[in-house]
Amino acid sequence: MTGLLEAQEISVRYGSLAALDGVDLRIHDGQRHALIGPNGAGKTTLLNVLGGSTRPHRGTVRFDGRDVGRLGPAARARRGINRIHQRPAVFPTLTATENVVVAALPRVIPRRRWWPGGRRRAAQRLAGPLLDQMGLTAVAAVPAGHLAHGQRRQLEIAMALAGRPRLLLLDEPAAGLSAIEVGRLVELLQALPRAVAVLLVEHRLDLVYALSDTVTVLRDGQTLAAGTPDEIRTSPLVRQAYADGVA
Amino acid sequence: MRGEVIRRVPGGIAALVLVGLVVAPWVVDDYTTAILARTLALALVGVSVALLTGVAGMPTLGQTAPYAAGAYACAVVGSRVSDIGVVQLVVAAAAGALLAALTVPLVVHARGVIVLMITLAIGELVVIVLGRWRSVTGGTDGLAGIPPVRPFWGLPALANDQARYLYALVVVAMLVGAVLVLLRTRAGLVLRAGRDDETRLRASGHRVALHLSGAHIAAGAIAGAAGSLLVVAQQYISPADFGFDTSALLLLGVVIGGTASVGGALVGAALVIAVRDWLFGVLPGHAPLVLGALFVATVYLLPTGVNRARGRLRPPNAPAPQPDQPAAHDQTTVAELHR
Ligand SMILES: Nc1ncnc2c1ncn2[C@@H]1O[C@H](COP(=O)(O)OP(=O)(O)OP(=O)(O)O)[C@@H](O)[C@H]1O
Ligand SMILES: [Mg+2]
Repeated sequence: MTGLLEAQEISVRYGSLAALDGVDLRIHDGQRHALIGPNGAGKTTLLNVLGGSTRPHRGTVRFDGRDVGRLGPAARARRGINRIHQRPAVFPTLTATENVVVAALPRVIPRRRWWPGGRRRAAQRLAGPLLDQMGLTAVAAVPAGHLAHGQRRQLEIAMALAGRPRLLLLDEPAAGLSAIEVGRLVELLQALPRAVAVLLVEHRLDLVYALSDTVTVLRDGQTLAAGTPDEIRTSPLVRQAYADGVA
Repeated sequence: MRGEVIRRVPGGIAALVLVGLVVAPWVVDDYTTAILARTLALALVGVSVALLTGVAGMPTLGQTAPYAAGAYACAVVGSRVSDIGVVQLVVAAAAGALLAALTVPLVVHARGVIVLMITLAIGELVVIVLGRWRSVTGGTDGLAGIPPVRPFWGLPALANDQARYLYALVVVAMLVGAVLVLLRTRAGLVLRAGRDDETRLRASGHRVALHLSGAHIAAGAIAGAAGSLLVVAQQYISPADFGFDTSALLLLGVVIGGTASVGGALVGAALVIAVRDWLFGVLPGHAPLVLGALFVATVYLLPTGVNRARGRLRPPNAPAPQPDQPAAHDQTTVAELHR
């Protein structure tokens, strides 16, 4: 089985700092892959590289068998790589529903292709259930800029799902959510169709262990360890890394 | 929030204004009627400025360029080819759209103040070309003696100021209606989203440059059509109609009107042009100074108008203002790991 996503030898430098230094990552169809590591390990940078917003200085990214290294974020999204950002990124003056509609438009399949407004209506049909899943129905008509932090994050998750992802890149989806919201998020991610692969960056290890089948640990831009959640949980190397990272 | 001033104004007042606009030519003298017709043309350019500045987030000082292209195309066609209004409108809109399309590569990748500077340069360049290209444009003397327009085949020529004013009013109403309808479609929604956060729009898979190009060309077509109305109103045009002061005034009017609002842009642009024309009489020679002061005051006193364009007035890589980012959760995770 070849990977849905294969990143090889990824290196990103900011001045003299090596944010990523020869990182390999392979994600299979439908895999739930977690990426953990202390602050500044390079997790967000790796997501940026996979999503196309950061060009690596070295290394290749292949998605679905094709080299996507030269494609920007929009082209990669149209191929099925969707993401949420560490800082929730939504359209503040658009309502929650409109946010989801906009996110759905590029990959929506209208019932009648050449019917005016068909794409919009198809996107609209997607938005309701997605907002409902995220518990945002009550604020569907509220401009996203007026939503609370946690709601904005949930809205961005709904937006990412609206793009019919094949690979979902989640940068700390639980940060800033209430316990109830985290519960809903876990349920939602567990209920995702198996065809959707997930790369989850998360500091809360209970969530990582609950949601993932593979864990990669980054530290100082390098892969420290990779394995099943059980292997990672018991790895002394990983405990050491986390202890150093905070000291 | 919706930014449509016209909706906040009670419907009654809007209707009253409309009635006022329709009966105006019978209330005021011919000279004022002609000025009102020209003001309508400029207000329509203001709508195109609002479309770019407020809706698409590309502040512009260059809409006089497609406006001029439309006006000259209409004047040439009107003098040599056809006196039919519909033909002139289509030709003018096409000329405006074409000029906008040619300048797309210069503007869609720039942001904020840079766009202002580039569009300003384009506008000035067009004025220079108009002054030099004597064989077609008549140079700085302009083009005069353009025959009165016939709105449609089989209709009489519009022989007086009232008729020409009403023609302009009908065209402006129809085009503004079309813009309002367009803004309610997918295109309008995506444009507003791009103004809010271009990076996010891209991350969702939208071709942002393509959307912006489309908006730029559409705004060019509207300004071009407005140019044809100017020709109808004045039957004379010269490069002086398309100078920097006009661009600046239109941007001022749109900012006063609340940038994202089509109705606001109409009212704001018309108001500013009217004030200018009035000041010319009252304070000869000082009108630009007064308007400059008004501009500065507006930018400071009406931050909401300017704020609407902030998505792109911010430098491209600066982070969006973000109030509440919880940062302290890392401690607990480490504790969990060591448990
Ligand atoms: N645009 C940038 N310019 C300069 N340095 C950067 C930039 N982006 C990231 N870095 C640096 O690269 C390193 C990796 O950052 P990154 O954001 O990927 O870490 P992270 O693992 O996501 O951390 P966190 O858990 O805090 O989100 C850090 O040292 C960071 O300061
Ligand atoms: Mg990060």
